[in-house]
Amino acid sequence: MKKLVNSAESVVADALAGLAAAHPSLRVDPVNRIVLRAAAPRPGKVGLVSGGGSGHEPLHTGFVGYGMLDAACPGEIFTSPVPDQMLAASAGVNGGAGVLYVVKNYTGDVLNFQMAAELAEEEGIEVATVLVNDDVAVSDSLYTAGRRGTGATVLVEKIAGALAETGAPLAEVALVAEEVNARSRSFGIALTACVTPAAGRPTFDLGPDEIELGVGIHGEPGRARAAVGTARELVRVAMDALHDDLPLGGDVLVLVNGMGGTPLIELYVVYAEVAAYLREKGATVARRLVGNYITSLDMQGFSVTVCRLNDRLTELWDAPVETPALRWGR
Amino acid sequence: MDVHFLGAWMEESARVVHEQRDRLTRLDAAIGDADHGANLDRGFTAIREALAGSSPAAPGPLLTLAGTTLIKKVGGASGPLYGSSLRQMGKALGDAGTVTLADLSSALDVALETVRRLGGAEVGDKTMVDALAPACAALKQAVADGLKPPEALALAAEAAAQGAEDTVSMQARKGRASYLGPRSIGHQDPGATSTALIIRALRDVSAC
Repeated sequence: MKKLVNSAESVVADALAGLAAAHPSLRVDPVNRIVLRAAAPRPGKVGLVSGGGSGHEPLHTGFVGYGMLDAACPGEIFTSPVPDQMLAASAGVNGGAGVLYVVKNYTGDVLNFQMAAELAEEEGIEVATVLVNDDVAVSDSLYTAGRRGTGATVLVEKIAGALAETGAPLAEVALVAEEVNARSRSFGIALTACVTPAAGRPTFDLGPDEIELGVGIHGEPGRARAAVGTARELVRVAMDALHDDLPLGGDVLVLVNGMGGTPLIELYVVYAEVAAYLREKGATVARRLVGNYITSLDMQGFSVTVCRLNDRLTELWDAPVETPALRWGR
Repeated sequence: MDVHFLGAWMEESARVVHEQRDRLTRLDAAIGDADHGANLDRGFTAIREALAGSSPAAPGPLLTLAGTTLIKKVGGASGPLYGSSLRQMGKALGDAGTVTLADLSSALDVALETVRRLGGAEVGDKTMVDALAPACAALKQAVADGLKPPEALALAAEAAAQGAEDTVSMQARKGRASYLGPRSIGHQDPGATSTALIIRALRDVSAC
């Protein structure tokens, strides 16, 4: 499998070097393997730190900047970062008001952030953690590691980041992060598996007419395999899953997300179907985002995230943001 | 068993993890995310370097250093799980210059307890626990029966290998494989497999 890499081992380091070169607003620390705002820390501001396996770009490194994250800790491809990274990031962004960890609910991320939180507390840094678990494809929580964190992570980072920018205290920032997560649901469908640089081959085999329903973001297979259908049919499967879990209505924020290998034209085909579905349910799309925001390397497919808004969340969503991957109003 | 024995165990674990790297990754690709072989290989290579650089004086500190290294280098779930297990084993062994088979057996029980506590997994959840728990039980029995280390560790290795094999028919209830639900059945768990390899390394160095 062809890849634009120098070597499988150096992909993450090489990409970070590129990120640093392309975005002077960021400070990349290659030794601790963390990405910070160039101006961090800001005294009195809650620091937002996230992280996770690489391969989901722009998540999380592309969301470091004004109005969103203060630091990101990229792990190896699809592998959670290590506690030392989170600890260095926490020290680098702590302006005295504490640090909020935004953690996607995967066993590895949870364990490593938990260890980091203990170490940071020992160093006198106050830490709160919000777990993102919006993926309705994982339903039977008693018999699984719980729902995965997917598209809602972008919304949590944006909205909690906006609140932190106002100087709100840690407990309040953590609360709004939890609120966004609680109001959001996601579902993903893959047309292909992805190829990690280390494995060099697709992480699972899909027939030419097959799709994975309820796929995650790490190239792990989904809950079920089905025959490919039209965009309208696939969107209905995804939206029915969301609607069954959290009835759709009122003002909503919609993220139609590409998984890395999906042409934008197809994402707009999907978006049209999503918008039609929501109209049918009586929901109003108040805000939307269409593009590649939380990817799985070169996987083809999409995920759709819906967040039920209220006025405060809408206002925080609209607040200025200036990061490599999301910017408006500033 | 002294610090050289435990050092040899880590060395043999590093060798076998490297040798089996692609197999572990293939198993992980089927029900996880295709990084288990690469992660453990990176971790045990780092252990090798850390031990070469600091030469700990006793078995306990050696395992503590090995565990800390894994926590720092591996990431994922396997880093904290294997790393904390080795660290807690090291702490359980204390500063004694030599350890008995009974000490090792108790320390392995501590490792099992650590994995259970951190990962929340029990026997039958299709995880590392399914290889580690039977190995602990077999070792404890062997100590009670008064067996010598090579025989005792051979029984532990056999129990771990059987435990790993038994995960094939299980449905995963913890870790990333649990997202697959019933589709996780029919695949051997990569974490249980690497645990069995590491216990087998213990047998192999005791037989030397």
